[in-house]
Amino acid sequence: MSDELLAIADRVVAMAKSGEQVEAVVVRGTETEIRVFGGDVESLSSAQSQGVGIRVVVDGRQGFAYAGSLDESAIAETLADARDNVSFATFDEFAGLAEPDGTAVPVLDLHRDAMVSFATSDKIAMAIELERVVMAADPRISGIESAEYADSISEAAIATSMGIRTVGSETSCYVATYAMAADGDETQTGFGFSVGREPSDLDPSRAALEAASRATRMLGAIQPPSGRLTVVLDPWVTAQFLGILGYTLDGESVLKGRSLFADRLGESVGSSLLTLIDDPTDVRSFTATDADGEGLAARRNVLIQNGVLQQFVHNAYSARRAGTVSTGNAVRGFKSTPSVGCLSVSLVPGTSDPATLIAGIDDGVLVQEVSGLHSGVNPVSGDFSTGAEGLRIRNGELAEPVREFTIASTLQKMLRDVQAVGNDLEFLPMNASGVSLVVADLTVSGS
Amino acid sequence: MIEQSVLEEVLGVAMRTGGEFAEVFAEDRRNASAVLDDGRVEELTSGRDRGAGIRVVVGETTGFAHTADLSEAGLIAAAQAAAAAARGGGGGTNVVALHRGTASRGYDIETFPGDVPKARKVELLTRADEAARSVGDAISQVSVSYGDNRRRILVANSDGVFVEDDTVRTFFAVSCVATGDTGMQTGRESVGHTIGFELFDMYDIDQLARNAAERAITKLAARPAPSGQMPVVIGSGGGGVLFHEACGHGLEADLVSKGASVFRGRVGQQVASKGVTVVDDGTMAREWGNIAIDDEGNPAQRNVLIEDGILTDYMWDHLRARKEGRRSSGNGRRQSYQNLPMVRMTNTYLLAGEEDPESIIASTPKGVYVKHLGGGQVNTATGDFVFGMTEAYLIEDGKVTEPLREGNLIGNGPEVLQRIDALGNDFAMGPPGTCGKDGQGVPVGDGVPTLRVSSLTIGGTAA
Repeated sequence: MSDELLAIADRVVAMAKSGEQVEAVVVRGTETEIRVFGGDVESLSSAQSQGVGIRVVVDGRQGFAYAGSLDESAIAETLADARDNVSFATFDEFAGLAEPDGTAVPVLDLHRDAMVSFATSDKIAMAIELERVVMAADPRISGIESAEYADSISEAAIATSMGIRTVGSETSCYVATYAMAADGDETQTGFGFSVGREPSDLDPSRAALEAASRATRMLGAIQPPSGRLTVVLDPWVTAQFLGILGYTLDGESVLKGRSLFADRLGESVGSSLLTLIDDPTDVRSFTATDADGEGLAARRNVLIQNGVLQQFVHNAYSARRAGTVSTGNAVRGFKSTPSVGCLSVSLVPGTSDPATLIAGIDDGVLVQEVSGLHSGVNPVSGDFSTGAEGLRIRNGELAEPVREFTIASTLQKMLRDVQAVGNDLEFLPMNASGVSLVVADLTVSGS
Repeated sequence: MIEQSVLEEVLGVAMRTGGEFAEVFAEDRRNASAVLDDGRVEELTSGRDRGAGIRVVVGETTGFAHTADLSEAGLIAAAQAAAAAARGGGGGTNVVALHRGTASRGYDIETFPGDVPKARKVELLTRADEAARSVGDAISQVSVSYGDNRRRILVANSDGVFVEDDTVRTFFAVSCVATGDTGMQTGRESVGHTIGFELFDMYDIDQLARNAAERAITKLAARPAPSGQMPVVIGSGGGGVLFHEACGHGLEADLVSKGASVFRGRVGQQVASKGVTVVDDGTMAREWGNIAIDDEGNPAQRNVLIEDGILTDYMWDHLRARKEGRRSSGNGRRQSYQNLPMVRMTNTYLLAGEEDPESIIASTPKGVYVKHLGGGQVNTATGDFVFGMTEAYLIEDGKVTEPLREGNLIGNGPEVLQRIDALGNDFAMGPPGTCGKDGQGVPVGDGVPTLRVSSLTIGGTAA
C-alpha cells in the first residue's frame, strides 16, 4: 500500500523543471476513535484521510502548497500553487531541500499487523471495560468525563529531486480516561492512559485504576499557603516541561535569537544529574519514527550530558545556515514546511524510585497535574508559572491533597535546581517521555 | 457543492439500518498564509481541504465517517460506514426530503482575499517588520504572519435541513523579541475578523507592529510578578478569556450532561455578582467567532448565559438539545469535516457596567492590573482555571506602576464570578482566539469592559 504513496511522490518529483528543487510528502491514514459512556458506545468515528504537501525551491526562494486529497487534479493544482508561491519569498542563500547524508534510515518495528486486524467489536469491548473498571474502582467515583479507545495506521512517503526517497508505515493505539470522584458538593478529576503500537501493548485496567486513584486522592484538597518549596514533578508533568525545553534547543530558535541557550554550547546549563536525549529510534516511544520530515534518517542525539549543553537539533535549512549538518530533526505534517523540533525527548533515568525520592523530602509538594502551560510558560524569556494540583509531602510521606495554586520559576533556574531524577521512565502519548523529577526552590503561590 | 438529489439519496442510505438521525456535513476550505521571520519572507502557503463527514445516530450511539471523495459513490460509502459504526439493526425509513434554507450574516464581504494579489499580502509583512524594528535597537527579532481562509459548508440532515454558508476570515499578527541586560522578552499583537481584506482598512498595521514592539521592550524592565492573593483589575478588551474559562466551558451542555461541570443543576441560581451579564453571541457582525449558521445548520443566536448574576441557560448543540427535547442554541461547531460537532462557544463577552475605568484602578490600593491576558485552561468539573498575563502592571496606591513579568493567574470559576466587584463602562472586544476542546480548534472571540476581581491568586515568584 505504501508503495502506492511513494509512486505518487515520485510522479510529482518527476515533474520538476530544470533549476527547480521539488519535494513531495504524501500521507494516508486510517483512524478509529471510540468513546463510551454509561456502558454504551457514545460515538464511533472511523475515517480515512490523505493528503499531499509540495515544496518547490528555485534560486533560493521557497514556495509551498498542500491539498487534503490525492486526486491527480488536486496534485496538479497543488504543484502549480507551490510554484506560484515561490516568487514571493525573499531570496535566502540557505534555502533548499535536504541532501542525502549517507545515514541509512533505520529499520524499526513501527508497524504491527495485529493493529490492522484488530476487530471493531474488540475495540468497543476494550473501551467499555475501561469505563467499567473506573466506575468499580472506588465508591467515591461519581462518573467519567471521558473514556476512549483510539488507534491509527499512518503511512507516509517522501521523495525529492535531490534523490531522497523514504516510505514508512506506523501503527499506534491508546486508551485514555478522565474519572470524576465526588464527596458532597466537591468533585475532583484524574486521568489515566495506556499507549502502544498494537492492542496487546495496552493495559486498560491500569489506566482505569490510575485515573480513579488520581481523582479520589484529590478529594478534600485545599489551597496551600504560598512559599518556596521542593517539588516532585510526576512523569507526566516532567514530560510536559521537557517538551518546552526542547523548543529552546531547536536550531532555528537559536539562529533567530529566540533561544535562551543560544550562546551556551559546551557550558553547564543545569544539574549534573541531567542528561537529555532526543531518540526517535526508541520504538517504545509513542512518536518513534524511522525518518524525519525531510526523509533523512531519524537518530539518537544527546542534547545535554550531565548538565552540559552538547548540541542543538537541526533540519537541513537550520543546519546549512549554522554551518553544520542536519540532526534529522525536521518536524512537519503534510500541511506545512518542515520546522525544527525534538522528535522524542527524554531524560536518562536515575536510580531512585518515586517513593524513595519522596522519603527524602521534609516539606514539599508532589505535582500530579499542571495547567496553562501554553499561557504560562514563555520559552523565549524562560519565565514560567503554571497552575498545579497534587499532594503535600510532609516528613517524607504523602500528606493532604492541594489544588488551586501555581508553581513558578524560570527554566534556567529550574534546570540548576534539579536534585534527583527518578527511575520511573514512562512513555506518554506525546513527543516526550517522563520520569519523576525533584526540583528545589520553586515558588508555590496559593493562599 | 453537492446536488440535492444526491444528498437525499445519501441520507436515505445512512438511515436504512434504523438510524434516528443522519447528517451530511460537507466543507470546501481554502487557506492562504504568508510568514515573515528574521527579516525574510520565508514562504507563502496555499492549501485546500475538501470533503464530507457523515454521522448517523441510533439510540445513544453516534456513528461517524468522513471522506475526501464528494462523488455520489464516495458519499454513499461513507454513509454506509457511519451507519455500520452506529450499529443499527435494520428496517429504518429511508425517504428524506430536504427543504433548502438560507444562511444570512447581515453583512457582505467587501474584498475576497483570494482576489487580492499575493504581492500585496507580502507587502504588509515587510511593512510591519520595518515598523516594529523602528521602535528601538532593543528589538532583536520580529515575526509577522498573515492568514486568510474561505470556508464553504453545506449541512443536510434527515430532519429536512439543507443549508449552505460561505465564511471568510482574515488574520494578521506581529510577534517581537526585545533583548536587554535582563535577557529576552516578547510582545505580540494580533487582529482577526470574519471579513475579507478590508481588515486592513480597519487597522493601522504600522501601529499594531509598534505596539507589539513596545510591549516587548516594556517587559525588559519588568520585575517578577508577586505570588499570593490580591485584587486584580482586568483591562477593557484584553481579558475576555477570563469568562471563556471561568464559566464559558462549564456552561457547555455536553459537559453539564455528564456531570463534568460545577455549573450543573444551577440554572436559576445566583452564580455571579449582581450586574454580571455574560452572553455568547454568534451573530456579532464581523467578529472572529461570527457564524451565520453553526456546523449543524442552525442559525447563529445571541444567547444570554448569565443575566445580572443569575445563570439563565447553558449552550446547546443538536444532540444534547434533542435529548432534552429543546432546540439547539446554535453552538454546534467542529474544526473540519473530519470531526464530529460538539458544543462550542462563539463570541463570549461580559456586558459593560457603569463605572469609570480610571476610578476602578484609583480605588484599588494594592493589586495587579492585567492589560492583556494570554490563553487559559479550565477543569470544568472542579471549576479551577488558569489564564496567562502577557502584559501586566503593579497597582500601588491606586496607580498603575511597574511592569510585571509573565505568569499565570489561578482561580475557581464559581468563586471568581462572585468576586467581581467593579465593572467599567468601556466594553471592547479582544484579539482573535482559537478555542481548543477535545483536540479540535475553532475560532472564537471574547470581550470585557475594565473589571475588578476582589481576590485572585497571582502565580509569580516574588514574595
